[in-house]
Amino acid sequence: MGEPLRQPLEPHHPYPVPAKRKLSSEIWKHRKEYLAISPFYLLFAVFGLFPILFSMYLSFQKWDGIGVMTFNGVNNYRFMLTDPEFWKAVGNTLLIWIYSTIPMLFSALVVAFLLNASFVKFRTFFRIGYFLPNVTSLVAVSIVFSTIFSNNYGLLNYIFTSFGLDPVEWLNHTWGIQLAVSFMVIWRWVGYNAVIYLAGLQSIPSVLYEAAKIDGASGIQSFFRITLPNLRPIILFTVITSTIGGMQIFTEPQVLVGNDGGANGGGLTIVLYLYREAFINNYFGYGSAVGWGMFVLIALFSIFNWKVVQGKGTL
Amino acid sequence: MIRSKNVLLYAGLIAGLIVSVFPFYWLAVMATRTTPEIYSFPPKLWFGTHLFDNISRVFESINFFRTLLNTLFVATASTILVLFFDSLAGYTFAKFTFPGKKWLFVLLLATMMAPAQLSLVPSFVIMAKFGWVGSFKALIIPGMANAFGIFWIRQYAEDSVPSELLDAGKIDGCGFFRLYWNISLPILRPALSFLGAFTFIGAWNDYLWPLIILTDERKFTLQVALASLNGIYTTDYSLVIAGTLLAVIPLIIMFLFISKQFISDIAAGAIKS
Repeated sequence: MGEPLRQPLEPHHPYPVPAKRKLSSEIWKHRKEYLAISPFYLLFAVFGLFPILFSMYLSFQKWDGIGVMTFNGVNNYRFMLTDPEFWKAVGNTLLIWIYSTIPMLFSALVVAFLLNASFVKFRTFFRIGYFLPNVTSLVAVSIVFSTIFSNNYGLLNYIFTSFGLDPVEWLNHTWGIQLAVSFMVIWRWVGYNAVIYLAGLQSIPSVLYEAAKIDGASGIQSFFRITLPNLRPIILFTVITSTIGGMQIFTEPQVLVGNDGGANGGGLTIVLYLYREAFINNYFGYGSAVGWGMFVLIALFSIFNWKVVQGKGTL
Repeated sequence: MIRSKNVLLYAGLIAGLIVSVFPFYWLAVMATRTTPEIYSFPPKLWFGTHLFDNISRVFESINFFRTLLNTLFVATASTILVLFFDSLAGYTFAKFTFPGKKWLFVLLLATMMAPAQLSLVPSFVIMAKFGWVGSFKALIIPGMANAFGIFWIRQYAEDSVPSELLDAGKIDGCGFFRLYWNISLPILRPALSFLGAFTFIGAWNDYLWPLIILTDERKFTLQVALASLNGIYTTDYSLVIAGTLLAVIPLIIMFLFISKQFISDIAAGAIKS
């Protein structure tokens, strides 16, 4: 705040009241409003903006967090781009994202349609049941699912063998780990997305459907001409949030198969890689560079998704 | 014809519900079993008799109540601070005009785009400089005012806090803070209860940041303690499972009380943004 505007205007000042002074007196008049909104901006400056700038600086340094920082040029980035482990982590993250997001959003849409049917009773009850996985901690979820996907005595293998199939050593295969992680993501987020789709469906005015019916439109036609276009912004929202979430998957593979991502590093995601390099191996400079690599990836991916979902409407 | 369609629809809904709820049942069943029983083949699908035995071994291996209190403290403190700072800022954005308001709000929304993982390393370095590594301060203070909450409160306050009421308050001699605390805050209660529950659940379940920050076992929150149990007691799995059950139950009970309103608010929030 400080002491504002108490200095008298200099007598021989060439201009009458300067506009600047008006603005600052206006600001002073609203000092309480500024004070009320200031905590967010102060916190963001210290714990948001500064770390981002600092991470840019760190990404060009070699530093173990304790010793002397030395300038490292673009070596961190060069190492990142040539490290097969980094690309493996990128590939794993994208695969897990694809395995999980498509079935997840599709199931959520189906659940929302079922719940939206006019005669469904106990709708609240169903919504709570479907939403419950979403408030459960990821660590707990990962522990429970590790017993379901366990190599030898897992529940899933019991089901497999009781149908006469051979048991699968899920956690010894890259794809097995990725399926297990994807399944956890699906399980946790179907209800959340279904609830959002349901609200979207209910916000479409029923007049539109009645008018379409009078004009002789079939159910499928009104789905593609009314439901889908009206839901598109909401679908876009869920695609973007699940992209951001999917790029940041960490807890599920870390608890399920450990810091190295398990057999053949199948569960090594980008954030797990970042965590390992920065906080287990203490490569702080390199960890910052990986953070920026991830940021670029998320940005590219979000733009790509946005284009795809936008394009869908022209079908 | 129509009836069979209905049956099919309910069957689909119930099948999905079973998938959603089964892992909770499975967790509860395993928590009542011994480790050899958990690993037995075929698996035991009904409750056993070792629940209290398993729980008492959890209490012997970690200080469960301290961990629970740590988690409660972090989650409660975060929630109270977020509610205060977010509601004050959100209400101010909704009900007052001041120079630069529009740009400040755009800036606030833009900060939501910044990904948290980008600054994981430098945030840790800053915490180390502040001497906050190992301290709850690092878990509570950086997040005590956030863009989402301010946005949420602003949306609600715009429609629900009548400007006439604020004018009347001003005439009666209420200052800026009294207008907020005595007049607006009670009206904002529905929006606050959602933001509070959302913040509490998030803080309760947070894992990556506490994992990096908390170095001393006595300061562990439930999630960090649970993950470390899972890493240490690989052969005593009934203990890990009982700990998991204990860590999950409080939040589920809380959620069941608020679930109906909470779920509607989640959907409303998504549709608005």
